[in-house]
Amino acid sequence: MIMKSGSNLEKILSSGQFSVTAECGPPKGTSAKVIQRKGELLKSHCDALNVTDNQTAIVRLSSLSGSVILKQVDVEPVMQMVVRDRNRLAIQSDILGAVALGIRNVLCLSGDHQKFGNHPTAKGVYDIDSMQLLQTLKHMRDEKKFLSGDDISGEVPLFLGAAANPFADPFEFRVTRLAKKIKAGADFIQTQAIFDAPKFIRWMDMVRDRGLDQKVHILAGVIPVKSVGMARYMRNNVSGLSVPEKLIDRMADAKDAKEEGVKICLEIIEQIKEIKGIHGVHIMAVAWEDIVPGIVEKAGLMPRPVVSDQAGI
Amino acid sequence: MIVGQQKDFDEIKKMISGYSRLLVLGCQTCVAISFAGGMREVEILASMIRMDRKMAGQDVEIVEEAILRQCDFEFLDSVKDLVADCDVVLSLACGVGVQAMAERYPDKVILPGINTTFMGLTEEMGIWSERCAGCGDCVLDRTGGLCPIARCSKGLLNGPCGGSVNGKCEISPDVDCVWQLIIDRLKALNQLEKLEEIFPIKDWSVSGHGGTRKIIREDLTA
Repeated sequence: MIMKSGSNLEKILSSGQFSVTAECGPPKGTSAKVIQRKGELLKSHCDALNVTDNQTAIVRLSSLSGSVILKQVDVEPVMQMVVRDRNRLAIQSDILGAVALGIRNVLCLSGDHQKFGNHPTAKGVYDIDSMQLLQTLKHMRDEKKFLSGDDISGEVPLFLGAAANPFADPFEFRVTRLAKKIKAGADFIQTQAIFDAPKFIRWMDMVRDRGLDQKVHILAGVIPVKSVGMARYMRNNVSGLSVPEKLIDRMADAKDAKEEGVKICLEIIEQIKEIKGIHGVHIMAVAWEDIVPGIVEKAGLMPRPVVSDQAGI
Repeated sequence: MIVGQQKDFDEIKKMISGYSRLLVLGCQTCVAISFAGGMREVEILASMIRMDRKMAGQDVEIVEEAILRQCDFEFLDSVKDLVADCDVVLSLACGVGVQAMAERYPDKVILPGINTTFMGLTEEMGIWSERCAGCGDCVLDRTGGLCPIARCSKGLLNGPCGGSVNGKCEISPDVDCVWQLIIDRLKALNQLEKLEEIFPIKDWSVSGHGGTRKIIREDLTA
């Protein structure tokens, strides 16, 4: 099989195996150890780790550097890239550097608006949008050309990811938007966190109706909730996240909130594993990375597949 | 029209400190409609300055005037004598008007009394909102007559992003998601298929990123 990037994630997904990814948020500081520790903790339980890019518009160690640090401890990164902070020159330049440093998976995002973060008076860039970012990277990979038409020297082996949020509005258009992202170049999709499984199932029905599950690998996002406070916070403050009242009640009534949070997460994984067209799970355990190995084990997703080291490109 | 908003009085006070003969000059077009720089605002601001100076025991002489369009050289000559007689002009025009005055009267200090805020319209009395970003390459034919560049917080051409909920933008429940509005309108017009296409990367060079913009129409120049 001809690989686009030869990444571990691409090999697992294209061989039809169920993938597991998780998230590794870089520190608000200069310590590589923070990232190395998260990498070591998760490496045997995940196929790749997403390194977030100034998530929620809060300045952190860059996703490119974080991805390189993960590689140093033999963890495959998914480098997240937002269009909020860089124009087309910086994007293409960072991609060249990322490829040179061995990064093979890139997740293309708009980014949370700068208003949310710790520099709310910053000028947002948005030279191109996330759809056009996918197009740009696909163009760089497949044509070996910059947007300008100039040739790129060397290969640009990338496995391109995009986000999809079935819980944002307008609901019906979300499938059209997914189709556009696939057309733009998405090889895999990581969805917004699922708490409302019935709504997600309805969305996936629409995805399959358009045959989109045949064209892209969809990894369903989940978040283990640590406390009822966190559940309420997400319901009230994270736009585009649907947290059902029933879930909040369960967390509020639980004797051991953490245990209940894991239980809920496992129930959701159990449901999404059964959905036709779902090729993996993406676990976003924000500030609770320690819980991920246990969840992967209890969800019956161990051992993780070992793919050959030989790059397919 | 151009919508403006008067600067804080403290900022204006600081700007005009040290000057004792002021011309407060309004503009009767756009900024008069947004109640920021018309004759009425000139009179109110002049009274505030007089009162403030009186309380501080300082003398001040203020001439109040407004002209039809400060952005048009043609109208600026009418205040020639008033400008000559003052130390400073506090202009309540938009940034274009302030600069036209500075260009026409190079020896005079011209100060801005308002912040030029956006190109927009009056939604209802006391409420104005942005409609156009002057990007130099209008896309309204493809977006149902609603501008994603001026009205999407991220200026996305292939929206809506994942932060659109109940028709509102992720930045605030008070801000409409323009992409929801675009979709609603195209649906009503039976043109939703327009959004199946990916909107290509935009040429921002015509929006000011290619350098200061200027139009020369040779058929009209002398």
